[in-house]
Order: sequence, then structure tokens, then C-alpha cells
Amino acid sequence: MGDIGLSQYLMVGAVLFVCGVVCMATKRNVIGVLMGVELVLNGSNVNFVAFSRYTPLGLDGQATALFVIVLAAAEAAVALAIALNFYNNHLTIDVDRGNELHG
Amino acid sequence: MIEQLLFWVFAILACGGAVAVVATHNVVRMAFWLVVSLGSVAALFFLLHADFLGAAQLLIYVGGTVVLLVFGVMLTASGPYNAIPTSPAEGIVGGAVGFLLLFVLVSSIGSVDWTEVSGRLPAVPAAPYLVDMTLAAKADESFVNTGSPRAKAEFAATQQQGRTVRQLGLGFLGLRPDRHLAEGDGKGSASGYFLPFEIVSVHLLVVLIGAAYLARAKRRVVPEGSMNVG
Amino acid sequence: MYGMFAAITLEDFLASNISYWLRMTAGSEFVLLAAFLFAALIHAGLLLGLFSGLPVFYIWLERKVAGRIQDRLGPTRVGGGFGWLQTIADGIKLIQKEDLVPKDADNLVFRMAPYLATIASFAAFMVLPLSDGWVAVAAECGAFLILALMSLEVLGIILAGYSSGSKWALFGAMREAAQMVSYEIPMAICALIPLMIAGSLNFQVIGRLQSGGLWNWFIFHDPFTFLAFFCYFITATASVKRAPFDLAEAESELVAGFHTEYSGFRWSIFFLAEYSSMFAVSAVAVILFLGGWHDGLMVDSVIDNLRGTGSGLIEGFSLGSYTANVFGAAILIGKACMLVFVQIWVRWTLPRLRIDQVMTTCLKYLVPISCFLFVMAVLWPLVLATSFSRPVFAGRPLGEKSLPLGVPASAAVAAEQREAAR
Repeated sequence: MGDIGLSQYLMVGAVLFVCGVVCMATKRNVIGVLMGVELVLNGSNVNFVAFSRYTPLGLDGQATALFVIVLAAAEAAVALAIALNFYNNHLTIDVDRGNELHG
Repeated sequence: MIEQLLFWVFAILACGGAVAVVATHNVVRMAFWLVVSLGSVAALFFLLHADFLGAAQLLIYVGGTVVLLVFGVMLTASGPYNAIPTSPAEGIVGGAVGFLLLFVLVSSIGSVDWTEVSGRLPAVPAAPYLVDMTLAAKADESFVNTGSPRAKAEFAATQQQGRTVRQLGLGFLGLRPDRHLAEGDGKGSASGYFLPFEIVSVHLLVVLIGAAYLARAKRRVVPEGSMNVG
Repeated sequence: MYGMFAAITLEDFLASNISYWLRMTAGSEFVLLAAFLFAALIHAGLLLGLFSGLPVFYIWLERKVAGRIQDRLGPTRVGGGFGWLQTIADGIKLIQKEDLVPKDADNLVFRMAPYLATIASFAAFMVLPLSDGWVAVAAECGAFLILALMSLEVLGIILAGYSSGSKWALFGAMREAAQMVSYEIPMAICALIPLMIAGSLNFQVIGRLQSGGLWNWFIFHDPFTFLAFFCYFITATASVKRAPFDLAEAESELVAGFHTEYSGFRWSIFFLAEYSSMFAVSAVAVILFLGGWHDGLMVDSVIDNLRGTGSGLIEGFSLGSYTANVFGAAILIGKACMLVFVQIWVRWTLPRLRIDQVMTTCLKYLVPISCFLFVMAVLWPLVLATSFSRPVFAGRPLGEKSLPLGVPASAAVAAEQREAAR
């Protein structure tokens, strides 16, 4: 257990970000893809707050993270409404089934 | 010591929860692991002295967004615990790309000396507001004297830790109490977040109406013999 | 980091004196850590005692009140004429039961969900002050944090209902999700009104602003806060899913709702969580509207004079402050118990609403009413100040709030600084 500094928090943020990206890429369930988006946004939030704590940038990081949280909530609401419509039209939430425009 | 211990506990919980979200296929278990991960991130925010942000994370993410997601799972489930599994090839490719990305990120984080970088940033001059608060605290000397030795010792250290509510609130009103007013190459004050705050509030209203419109119950006539008519 | 636990006399006492003493003798950082963990453990133990002791009383009270309202006697056998030990007997019976997990249930989530609900409910006690300075975590955004923590309980209930693999439980969980997501909005708006008047999210500051007489309580601040209290209490009753809003466990329609498949210990801790969150929302209502730990009859201002006396015995521990704190905590718990009694009373006298009526009550009535109250409470001081000259009662402008004596005149900022030091 060494000293906890900026880089340790950045590592946690990186792990969350990568997990989110992999989750978005591999999940076929719409809700799973949404959870991936939430993880990516959280990884970025950890970075923002860590920079706000460990560098003399002041409150900018915290304010930005707050905006990210609010916009993520808005994004989840709209995406869920879209998912419900997708389910109404396809009777499934497998994103690979939405291929009518595939030609 | 205790801070390090708590950091490692919550960092491992956050990362482990995130990995478990990726690794499981059952949507409800994914939601459970997501709660573990997001809750631990909230705890990391408390450790980073961002109390308000940690509370907002708990209220909006864990209490709001995840509940919404689980609600969505219930509305769209066509059977009990239906899992849509990823094909193994996709999983392997995704995992490999993920490890490569993680390697790139971690190696680039590790290669930078962050103390040196943050030292290059201009130091923030103490704002008059904060100085006032410190003076007001010193005026309350009587309490410090009756307090225990540790209270005295930690008095200066703890007084601004995590207490960012007022500063964030003023920031959203366009003031920056943590910045010197003459900052920004002498052309007026350091800017706050009034305009973004207003834009976000209008954005939320638009999202509220839009989501309600998109998800409204449609009265549709289902013709005989066809299942999927929108 | 210590700011996270920055707290009360006991923690201060333990972490300072014992650890200093140990550092003298052992001189190891691990001993310091052990002392700190010991102090944290005692805190958790005290809170856990409160958290599990109050539900034991409330379950007895519920049975007794229900009996009286239905013209019965209620429990009379266990523990003397009043059935004092009925809850203990219930608890022993429940723990002895088999811990069943249905075949269709999702094993991990089914087992974890009760703990999630209980942890969320218990964590709310962390930031709840019992008296002036008696709080485990003196967070500056305490009011916001407690609303956030209490909103997490719903997650345990939803996951419990969904993972049971039973349609009754699933229906209960869906109702609970819809109900909680909706009722959080008016509840937060109503809670915002006293927070706005106090200009702080810190429970300590809010409590101190209501010291003195009955007229200083925020419920009597203006007509809109008076209405906001009732609005808050209705939404709080709904948010802890008590009758007439207990649609999640409507036993006449859904067998037992979300906890249909639970038995034994896991079932009982759902109820522990429910009764303790009943106390938590009532205590928040008391602090926000009903004067917190002040009795409103000025008795406590006399006792407050004792603060700081008798401190010679042990360093960092003052007998006078301790007495004043115990008195304040007794008043706060007493007021909260009265509100819990009202919740029990309502449960046994009002019929349950239908689910669509519950949603209509919230979205069509309570949300507009709370928004109206909020806007009017914002405008009230402006209208009062511009239309009329400030009405004066007994030499003081009516509605003016000032901190009690003993706190420096630099008002809220100084009070928060005191919090920081505690």
C-alpha cells in the first residue's frame, strides 16, 4: 500500500472506462449497452474529481462531473424510452435484431 | 493509513463490480453489480473530498438511473431472467481489445509524473471568501480551546475538506469563490457556470417532455395475423 | 479523511485520548489505526442499537394501536399485562424459521437484496443528528445525503421482487418502482422549502435556526411551510410504503407483494428496514419542520447553559454538554415517535388506494401542489418585504431567524465552522 495519489484514481477511472467500452461493444441487450454507457461516464467522472482534488484546478472538475451526472440521467431516460419503443416494434431488446435498414 | 485502506477497498469494489457487469449475461445481476460499482464510485468521491458529488451520485445514479434501468428490464422482459448471450468469438475479441485499451491507458498514466505536471499549473491564489471563512473560524477560538488536542490539530486541516456545497452553488450562479476575481489575464473575473447551468436545466425539461412523448402508451390497431406493427 | 468521521464527543474522546495514550506507550501507527477502528466500531454499535431498538418498540406499538383501533386489547400475554416482549418473541420465532430460496429465484440477487435494503436504511442514520452536535457524520450536505441514502432502499425491494421468480413478487416490485420514482419528486421539493429558508443543507444549522420558542419552528414560518409539512408527511408515508400507499405488499391482491417468497431472517430484516426508515423520515420531518431537538418551550435553552460545564473529569468530555445532548436527543426521538404513531394510526384507519389512484395522487395532485408551495415560499418574503412593512411581534421582526446566543454573530458560516471542528 503506497501513497494514494492522482495516478491511482486515474487507474480506477481507466478500468471503469474500459469495462464500459467492452460492455457497450459486446452486449446485445439494449439495457446492457446502457449500463456500459453509465460505466464509461463514471470512469470519466472519477478522473474529473481526482484532477479537481490533486491539482490546483479548483472546483472545475467537480462542476463538470456534476453536469456529467445530470446529463447521464437525462440520457438514460431518453434511451430507455427508445428501448421501450424498440421492444414494442420488435418484441425483443436484442440490438442485433434491429436490422430493417440493412438492405 | 485508514484513507489508503478505504481507497483500496472501494477501488477494488468499483473495478470488480465493473468487470462483473461485463462478465455476466443475466440483466438483473448486471444491475446488481452496477449498483456495487456505482456505489463504490460514490464512496471514492467522498474520499476525494467531494461530498456533494458523492451524494448526487447516490441520489441520481444509484437511486434514479439504476432503478430506471431495472424498471426497463421488467417492462421489456419476455421471460424470466432471459439472457441474450454474447457469442464466444465476440467475447474473446472484445476482451482482447479491452485489455489492449487498458494496457495503453495504464501505461500512459504510469509514464507521466503527475506531481510535476500539476506543479506546472498556475497556483490558485487564495480567494477573499475563503480567507474570511478562516478568520471566522479563528474567531471561534473558545471552542477550539475546549476541544480535545486532536480537534485542535486537525482543525485547520478538516475545515475545508469536502465542504464544497456552497462553492459549487455559487459557481452555478456565476461566481467562483475559489478563484481570485482578478484572474483571467486581468480582463474581468474568473467565469462561473451560469450559462451551462441554464442550458442543462432547459435540456432536462426538453428530455422530460421528449421521453414522456416517446414512451407514451400508443393506441394502435393490430391487424389480424401481424405481430409487429408499431 | 478524518473529516468523513468528524463527529461527536465520544469519537473525539476515543480517537484523541486513547490513541494519544497508546501512542505514548506503543508508538505504532497500527495501534493508532486500531484505536480509530475501535472508535468507529463503538459508533456503529450505538447506531445499530438505535436502528434495531426502535423497530422493536414500533412493532409492539403497531400491534397495540391496531388492537385498540379495532376494539381489541392487542398482545397481553408476553412480558406482563402489556405484552412488552411480544416483538422479542416474534423475532425468536422468525429466526428459527427455515431460510428458503425458491427454485426459480436468482440465488445471488435473492440473497443479497434484503441486505441492500437494510444497508440503505441503516446508512441514513449515519447523517441524522440526534442533538446539537450528536451526529456520526457531520456532513455539510447532510439533508441531501439523507434523501439520497433513503432513496436507495427501493433498489433492494425491486431486486428482491424481481429475483424471486414469482409473479406476485414481480408485480409488487414494479408497483414499488413506479411509486417510489414518482413520490421522490414531491418529497424532495417539499424538503427543499425549509432548506431554502435555512439557506443550508447542514442539519446542525437547520436545527439551531429553530431554537427558542414554538414560533421559530419552520412549520410556523409562513403559511406555505405549514402546508409543506403535511405535503412532506404524506409523500414520506408513501415513500416508506406504509398504508394507504402500501401497494407493493397489498396482501389482498398480491399475497404479500415483493416479500412473498421470503421467510425467516431475511423476511424480518425487510421489516427492520421498513420500521427504521419510518423513524428516519419522521426524524427528518422533525428536524426540517418541527424544531429538531428544541422543545419549543424554552426549557432546552436553560439546559443549553450547562454546555461546557463539568469538563474537568476527562479531557474532551463535558458532563453539561452530555446532559444537554441527551435531553435534545430525547426530545427529537419523542417527536419522531409521535409522527410514527400518526403513521400507524393512518394505516389502521384508512383503506388502501388502488395503484392508479396512488399514481394520480402523486403526479396530478402532489407534484403541482408542492411546486406551487415552493414558488410561493420563495415569493413570500419578497411580497412581505415590499407590500407591507415587516410585521413586528414582541420587538422582533416576524419570521426573522437568528442563531441562539453563544454562537458568534457571523451566523451560519461560523456554525458550520464549529461543525467542521467537531
